[in-house]
Amino acid sequence: MKNWWKILAFLLLLFTVIGGLLIEVPRQVILYETIRNLYFHVPMWFTMIFLFLLSVIYSIKHLSSSNMNHDLIAKQMVNTGVVFGILGLITGSIWAKYTWGTYWTNDIKLNGSAITMLVYFAYLILRSSMDEEQKKGRIAAVYNIFAFVMLIVFIGVLPRMYDSLHPGNGGNPAFNSYDLDSNMRIVFYPAVIGWILLSIWIANLNIRINKLKEKEE
Amino acid sequence: MEYRQRYAINGILLYVVSSIFVAYLIFNVLDDTKTWNALFWIILLFSATNATSKSFQHESNSRFLYIYMLASPQSLIISKTLYNMLLIVFVGLVHLTFFSLLIGNPIEDIALFISGLVLGSMGIASVLTFVAAIAAKTNNNTTLMAVLSFPIMLPLLLTVIKVSTLAGVGFGFEEGGIYLLVLGLINVVIFTLAYILFPYLWRA
Repeated sequence: MKNWWKILAFLLLLFTVIGGLLIEVPRQVILYETIRNLYFHVPMWFTMIFLFLLSVIYSIKHLSSSNMNHDLIAKQMVNTGVVFGILGLITGSIWAKYTWGTYWTNDIKLNGSAITMLVYFAYLILRSSMDEEQKKGRIAAVYNIFAFVMLIVFIGVLPRMYDSLHPGNGGNPAFNSYDLDSNMRIVFYPAVIGWILLSIWIANLNIRINKLKEKEE
Repeated sequence: MEYRQRYAINGILLYVVSSIFVAYLIFNVLDDTKTWNALFWIILLFSATNATSKSFQHESNSRFLYIYMLASPQSLIISKTLYNMLLIVFVGLVHLTFFSLLIGNPIEDIALFISGLVLGSMGIASVLTFVAAIAAKTNNNTTLMAVLSFPIMLPLLLTVIKVSTLAGVGFGFEEGGIYLLVLGLINVVIFTLAYILFPYLWRA
């Protein structure tokens, strides 16, 4: 059973969707049923950060080995991570509409995540602006490492210095303090693992498609 | 070596002064600290981008080979960054003088503002030097430069604008100190990254 993890991903996500929508959740003021979005919005960001982390590891490997395979993996991890980041923005935006009454506010966490997306779009543009494979790989890897450090600054450091509407900041409760009663934990952790496995699956497919294309040429 | 291109420095200074003059013709005197800040930093940002985008562009192929043999990449990035830091801090101070002269200066705590300005300019300079090195390796220089550097500079700018807002309403070093510390830390992080990563760029 080489593909057990793909089946696991499928089962976990099936459980996330069914359990996430049906299992009893604590009723909170303002949040009410929208709290179920926790199973979709939060794992998106976890997945994105996980993918970018893998990408940076492969970029460092590429710099030390000049192996084009590592560069390909780094690129596809970013590609997939950007998709999950966009999904995270969309789910967060919809959630904000129902809880804060607006799709977007001037908030350090929202802006930080949006800027992070900009940095990674810049990475993709940088890649597409060069033709020479070796050069492209090395320069993109350098920028990727830079981008990841900026991601840590944006998502990890700056939000802690400013007040924010977003849960986890400025006196707002975060999810460890209020909502993760045992029922929600049952769905939340499988959801995170499920989404991460799915993302690796997608990235893996992308990498294989790219390799086949290269072979054809 | 950079000093030989003195016309470039004069060009940047003229750029700053004429931008300020355009702003002056539009606004006359600004009392609003918020708008003042926005205008100040936008002009400084664009002149800084203009000033540093040249720093790796001018290297023609033969000269590139010459420098490549002469200097190690580490000493090259350090010297380029230091030069650009000096240049942009200088441009920033000149910018501040002319800006206050023409448009007025609503800043209450000038010492805090200037220390924010110096640290911020140094950070901007090191980001731009590094990005200029990347952009020089690709063909379409100027657009790429802006696209790559602006998102990276945003944490710096956020903090620097926080400092200048605080200075604008008259807070002193007790309140603004923490943000200055953050500015310094961001500078150190960017500079170390550039130092470590630059040899890989250079080895082409």
